[in-house]
Amino acid sequence: MKHVFALLALVGAVAFGAPAWAEETVAAPAATATAAAPAAAAAAAPAEAAAPALVPNKGDNAWVMMSAALVILMSIPGLALFYGGLVRSKNMLSVLMQVFTVFSLISVLWVVYGYSAAFTEGNQFFGVLDKLFLKGVTVESVGATFSKGVVISELAFVIFQGAFAAITCGLIVGAFAERARFAAILVFMVIWFTLSYIPMAHMVWFWAGPDAYIDAAAGEAAGKTAGFLFQKGALDFAGGTVVHINAAIAGLVGAYMIGKRTGLGNVAMAPHSLTFTMIGASLLWFGWFGFNAGSALEASGGAALAMVNTWVATACAALSWMFAEWMIKGKPSMLGAASGAVAGLVAITPAAGFVGVMGAIVIGLLAGIVCLWGVNGLKKLLGADDSLDVFGIHGVGGILGAILTGVFVDPALGGTGVYDYVANKVGDFDMATQVIAQLWGVGTVIVWSGVVSIVAFKLVDIVIGLRVAEDEEREGLDVTSHGETAYHH
Amino acid sequence: MKFVTAIIKPFKLDEVREALSAIGVQGVTVTEVKGFGRQKGHTELYRGAEYVVDFLPKVKIEAAIRSDQIEQVIEAIEKSASTGKIGDGKIFVFDLEQVVRIRTGETGTDAL
Repeated sequence: MKHVFALLALVGAVAFGAPAWAEETVAAPAATATAAAPAAAAAAAPAEAAAPALVPNKGDNAWVMMSAALVILMSIPGLALFYGGLVRSKNMLSVLMQVFTVFSLISVLWVVYGYSAAFTEGNQFFGVLDKLFLKGVTVESVGATFSKGVVISELAFVIFQGAFAAITCGLIVGAFAERARFAAILVFMVIWFTLSYIPMAHMVWFWAGPDAYIDAAAGEAAGKTAGFLFQKGALDFAGGTVVHINAAIAGLVGAYMIGKRTGLGNVAMAPHSLTFTMIGASLLWFGWFGFNAGSALEASGGAALAMVNTWVATACAALSWMFAEWMIKGKPSMLGAASGAVAGLVAITPAAGFVGVMGAIVIGLLAGIVCLWGVNGLKKLLGADDSLDVFGIHGVGGILGAILTGVFVDPALGGTGVYDYVANKVGDFDMATQVIAQLWGVGTVIVWSGVVSIVAFKLVDIVIGLRVAEDEEREGLDVTSHGETAYHH
Repeated sequence: MKFVTAIIKPFKLDEVREALSAIGVQGVTVTEVKGFGRQKGHTELYRGAEYVVDFLPKVKIEAAIRSDQIEQVIEAIEKSASTGKIGDGKIFVFDLEQVVRIRTGETGTDAL
């Protein structure tokens, strides 16, 4: 019981702490309070009644809602099964439970305060709490897309983004699977979601929307309301930094701070069901079409480009990992092909709607090989027991994808270039500038997530304790943490 | 009466069953088991981690027979389970004191 109370206390601390930064941010941009927020602006601004209210396009709405459901499918059961198959059979349910519960927890937090703090205009790092409990978000509210005059229902945007937040937190549990205390994971997730996911989402994705970029002056004013990394020009189509590097750093820090699994190196820790892992990887691939192509926020040609890239880069990475493993280790493995596919999905995520299909092929081929190194050579260098290679795949693949996005977005290499909403055409492109912007994104998320994770894990360690007792770990978390077993032989 | 236990390669089970039926063995009990003998285990590789699998899957066959069948039974199992490669398994023979058929209460060779 004491764990439950500790958990409630921490949730309370976070909830009461939140208004503190909200007040600061309300005071700062007071002068620009009339500037368009990405959502609700059109519906909630009767002063500018000259322009007819924008009505959501039903096709775009349908696609974004469908994509949100796909992202939920890739989380549960997709990610849960991918991870579950990789642990020993005595820990199967613990992993399924962790992903399932974290997904549920973050979903609730998202509508309570997450959406508001991430997607309202505040400072460069946080939004404000104006939309706490989705206050003011109605069936009439609309949110911006990437085209002028085209909007979607804000509620569709809420669930789409909420699914992203939930899967990101779910990704982290793989790094310390088979030994972490369940209550500790839940409390850590509340803190990390609040202080790392929300600000990263705000920094990368919050902007005033294309309709605010009427002319150069308006564009400049609108630009100043955007998130920190958006202003830096960092491109992240569907969450390479916000989702994958962010989660991978938290996982790596967790693997260091929770410590290695008991018996690592002496006891066989082979995956108990690569069948489940293959099913999970396939559901991830399928759901990722919603994740990446849905991030276009419109059922457009751009969404189709993201979809094709997600298909091809993933296939390339599955093949390149498999062939590299075949050459180096002697046998092509199912786990290698599945891991390669996930590495490809991760790497193409920031690039999906920005690069051409040939760019996607290069990104995919490199992702398979570089992430194979991530789970071998690099893993040995790091020395952390990242049980399911969250850093080796999501961290390494995410960083690779983020940087290569800056290369292959180049129109000369078949990319889309970067659209200039003031000039209403693709702007001039300079690869060095873009790659530096990408590095800003990568560096920011590494430092931000790293610091938040260290503090959060330390706090949880003091209050609850991060790992289960050694006896419980040996017996397996299914029975000792959850009182049930996955298989009855 | 004799009690025969044979450890064989799993994929040889059907051949052994057919061979025993052909010489009139009335029933066998089969169990999936793991073990090690002179055949070495193998190495499995999962991403970066290598595991040596010491215990290999085998099938254990148990049959109760009349003492006069023993030579035939050994020969049948030997022939049907053999691949000529290491790891083909072993046959163990025990003296069997008593057999009871639970339904009828018959004992000894009548119960076989």
